[in-house]
Amino acid sequence: MPEGQVLELTGLTKRFGAVSAVDSLDARVEPGLVTGFLGPNGAGKTTSLRMLLGLVRPTSGTATIGGKRYTDLASPLQTVGAALEASSFHPGRSAANHLKVYARAAKLPTSRVDEVLGLVGLADVAGRRVGGFSLGMRQRLGLATALLGDPGVLVLDEPTNGLDPEGIRWMRSLLRHLAEEGRTVLISSHLLAEVQQTVDALLIISHGRLVFQGGVEDLADPDEYATVVDAPDRAALSALLDERGIPYQLLRNGFTIRHLEPVEVGALAAGAGIALSNLQSKGASLEDIFLELVSGVRVHASAGGTTVATPTPDTALPDAGVTDAAIPTPAVDPLPAATPVEAEPEPVGDVPSAEPAPSTDMVAIPAPSRAARAASHPPQTEPEQPRPSYSVASTGVIDVVPSAPPRHDGDPVAATDDTEVPR
Amino acid sequence: MSLVAVTRSEYTKQFSTVGWWVLAIVLVVYVAFTAGVLALVFGGVASGRLTGNGPTPQTDGLAGLVYSSASGVGYVFPLLVGTLMVTTEFRHKTLTPTFLATPRRGVVLGGKFFVGIVVGLLYGILGSAAALAAGAGVLSIFGVDPELGSSDTWTLVGRMLLAFALWAVVGIGVGTVVRNQVAAIVIVLAVTLFIEPIVRTLGGLVSGFSDVVKWFPSAASDALVGKTIFGAMSAGGSGSLDWWVGGLVLLGYAVVFLVIGLFTTWRRDVD
Repeated sequence: MPEGQVLELTGLTKRFGAVSAVDSLDARVEPGLVTGFLGPNGAGKTTSLRMLLGLVRPTSGTATIGGKRYTDLASPLQTVGAALEASSFHPGRSAANHLKVYARAAKLPTSRVDEVLGLVGLADVAGRRVGGFSLGMRQRLGLATALLGDPGVLVLDEPTNGLDPEGIRWMRSLLRHLAEEGRTVLISSHLLAEVQQTVDALLIISHGRLVFQGGVEDLADPDEYATVVDAPDRAALSALLDERGIPYQLLRNGFTIRHLEPVEVGALAAGAGIALSNLQSKGASLEDIFLELVSGVRVHASAGGTTVATPTPDTALPDAGVTDAAIPTPAVDPLPAATPVEAEPEPVGDVPSAEPAPSTDMVAIPAPSRAARAASHPPQTEPEQPRPSYSVASTGVIDVVPSAPPRHDGDPVAATDDTEVPR
Repeated sequence: MSLVAVTRSEYTKQFSTVGWWVLAIVLVVYVAFTAGVLALVFGGVASGRLTGNGPTPQTDGLAGLVYSSASGVGYVFPLLVGTLMVTTEFRHKTLTPTFLATPRRGVVLGGKFFVGIVVGLLYGILGSAAALAAGAGVLSIFGVDPELGSSDTWTLVGRMLLAFALWAVVGIGVGTVVRNQVAAIVIVLAVTLFIEPIVRTLGGLVSGFSDVVKWFPSAASDALVGKTIFGAMSAGGSGSLDWWVGGLVLLGYAVVFLVIGLFTTWRRDVD
């Protein structure tokens, strides 16, 4: 039985010119678990995996498998199986010959070729040229290549891409089974929903930086709940809530109220004689939390060495992020009055002037970007009510950002959008 | 031994796609046609059945000249197959699984080197057989001795096999330096079909120039083989290299390209 190994990334950094694709990434992947490696497109997932596998040379830092770098492994295919993309095949070579090529290189018996082809359900097309394969078949062949050496570590980049629903289910159960055998399984994806049911642990990166590390259950804060309430007479309900000073958010399905139990809301409405048409409690959606994490609206303490000293992301503190030297922003000066704050230097989608990287636009997701913008103007949107949290308009979920206390209200810079930097 | 495993892997890789035999068929047809036409012309003129413009060539050694067309025109095929051995990996991104299986990249190039020699020798055998069959057949029609029993002929064949093997390795070097497949093929064809023939023709006309031209790869290859149509057609074969020097020069080209590639493209990030 092959042994699972611990994968360890330490200060892993890759720069392409001035752009940091991966920025001092520290992470640990344990055996016996399926670990999801998540992040939006362009977050640096594939680059990180390629550094782990010795295909891309890190600018600094190390990535090890059981304490060894990939290039130092005595028998790499028997230690780590990797499937990085569904296109690493010569179209004119048959599936069996493709596997035979790498079986030869790893000194594996060619009988192993038929075994893995059977395992991934490609035994019938073993002799067919890969050029005629569908994306799903290529994914299966990539997985077969990864399983060839019966490795203790599996690294799969977007393994469910192109699979039909049945194939996705098969892949999930296979990955679970492999992890239960004690192997280390690391799969990347840009969708939390895609891996949510499969993974035990999560690594989330954004703009090359770790924003979350931990179990799926750690992702959602149990204190974070909301009540959705609706009434035929919405005007009366909103008047009641305004009167009580209860913040709410009006969405298509009704009013979303934070930190209030349905029983409290119901009692309130009953007291005011308002008939309700809907009253339910709502947990935070993991997908929303994920989107907020990658957009920088939400900061999680598990982000290791990159974690903030203050729990406030730089979106709420315009003078925090730009003081960090790690951001490639030579043109941007910190605020003259700013004291250097050790803050999350995560570049956020809505500060294009502070982030010269062209990739910023690609990673910016409209919804969290708007959310981030909303977060950066607490004094303007809710000037008279500084609260520890406020709503995020598009997602319907609380973010945990407290209002920024040290704002220079007289400072013209603080009042403007934080994309405006003093020149 | 990892190098043995890698060489076996590269061998499987090379012979599990159609590329090698498509090129081999073209090689055989091309060489047979060239050797046949040369035998027709030289044999016809030498035997007096065709009227030549210049002095009548001697029938002595004519067969060797005809047979040498295998490497004289066919060397582009081992060169191409060697180039494709490397650029195909870049083009189809198979370098990723290759380097995953063998993270020590220099060893991969070593495996390709040995398989390149095998494929080069195979092409040499096919090319020589095509030249001998077509050339000897046509020569005997004109009553010219095909010299198949002569040791000179078989020495020539041996040196041609060596030239083919070296050209395949030069091709691997070219492919390692120029990793874009289309660019590599265009460069190989442009150099072998236009640049070198033109420069070598000029070298035969301008004095002093030939001292430079003789170091060109195809000139070195012709020197290695010993006989060449090019040498026979361009006047004054001044200053050709010794056959063994020609072989070393060709090997030198291969080594220089391989070393440049090993320290540039081969070390780069794979994506």
